[in-house]
Amino acid sequence: MARAAIPGRLTWRVGKLAEARAETPTARTLVLDVPGWPGHLAGQHVDVRLTAEDGYSTQRSYSIASSADGERVELTIQAVPDGEVSPYLVQTFSPGDPVELRGPVGGWFVWRTSGMDPVLLIAGGSGIVPLMAMIRARRAAGSRVPFRLIYSVRTPDDVYYADELRRRVRDDAGLDVTFVYTRAVPDGWPHPPRRVGVADVNTNGWPPALTPDCYVCGPTAFVETVADILVALGHDPRRVRTERFGPTGG
Amino acid sequence: MGIVSPGFQGRPRSSGPELPPGQYLTEDFPVLSAGPTPRVPMDRWEFVITTETSREHRWTWAELMALPSETPTVDLHCVTKWSKLGTTWQGVSLDTLMSDVDTAADYAFVHSYGGYTTNLPLADLLDGQAWVAYKFDGDDLAPAHGGPARLLVPHLYLWKSAKWVRGIQLRFDDEPGFWETAGYHDYGDPWREQRYQGD
Repeated sequence: MARAAIPGRLTWRVGKLAEARAETPTARTLVLDVPGWPGHLAGQHVDVRLTAEDGYSTQRSYSIASSADGERVELTIQAVPDGEVSPYLVQTFSPGDPVELRGPVGGWFVWRTSGMDPVLLIAGGSGIVPLMAMIRARRAAGSRVPFRLIYSVRTPDDVYYADELRRRVRDDAGLDVTFVYTRAVPDGWPHPPRRVGVADVNTNGWPPALTPDCYVCGPTAFVETVADILVALGHDPRRVRTERFGPTGG
Repeated sequence: MGIVSPGFQGRPRSSGPELPPGQYLTEDFPVLSAGPTPRVPMDRWEFVITTETSREHRWTWAELMALPSETPTVDLHCVTKWSKLGTTWQGVSLDTLMSDVDTAADYAFVHSYGGYTTNLPLADLLDGQAWVAYKFDGDDLAPAHGGPARLLVPHLYLWKSAKWVRGIQLRFDDEPGFWETAGYHDYGDPWREQRYQGD
């Protein structure tokens, strides 16, 4: 595997919720203003720390959804049933409220705008978040690197960033998006619900000969399956980067 | 104390076991790895300790299985914040594997099938603190969790417990591994919350 470096010490910063957008009935994008934010690479995450009035505190890691944009950082949080942190961030946390965070963290599951090889993004559910950051970073940098996204979701209502993805497919030359629905399909969809399989990756991905950089993010079983498919199709395992959202992301 | 998050309650405070700072308890066994799960044919599997003088000590799978094993029950602490308590493993102690290895090295550079690496002081692999583990909860270790065999160094964050372990280079200097190069801590003591460089 290649090496990547991020320098410096990570300190806790206090961000403030500027606004929030509902993505689905159970997921919300938090737009945070974080004074002193040093910027980030698409694919990196932050640690978030919540503290209760009695001093109890707990931390979670969340992927950054936005491309670097000054001191503004966007996170999209899925409320995990019975979770400790995510229901607070999705339902209670309000504009003006402070939150502690530190980052950016992670130097492997990142896409750099200097990249020249084609990119294949494969998302399962909320795994779209760091991949959307890459799509946004490509747009912000005016990169012409060809991107393909395969986005597996349960139903059409579970799609994050639906309007923006439609707009980007129309406006961002060289970006293709394919949906795979696992529980319910839109009206007129050509086939019943199914899971991502070899045919989806083979048809809607890139041939291994083009040496694409592959990014796979989603629940563990999804990532295991898709990464195995990519290797079986002949992709170099060193070009397949994975990030897993476990069931304990709460 | 940190900035109070208005309206945040958190889980009921338990009098349960103390966790390292910033960690929360899970009953699951989440998977974290940076790439595809490597599949290692058992007839070609080997584990190699290489000393600072390039002397190699090699074990095939059958040779590893023939060594005396231990069944430690340990707590796991992942840098992504989850902790899992009381996990039971079976594996060969590094004390056993190192017993015939003549070295004056201070550091270990661990490498895995698939290309993963991590670094730690050699002293942290010795004195009953580390194993090459091949069973979890009585079953063969699943590939996603590092099978057929992984390093187990439970007193450090779990990224030091390299999955799919292939060998250890003993060195005089501390060469940063995969996550360490990407900004994670060189030592990674969960009780001192050494998550990232500078912590």
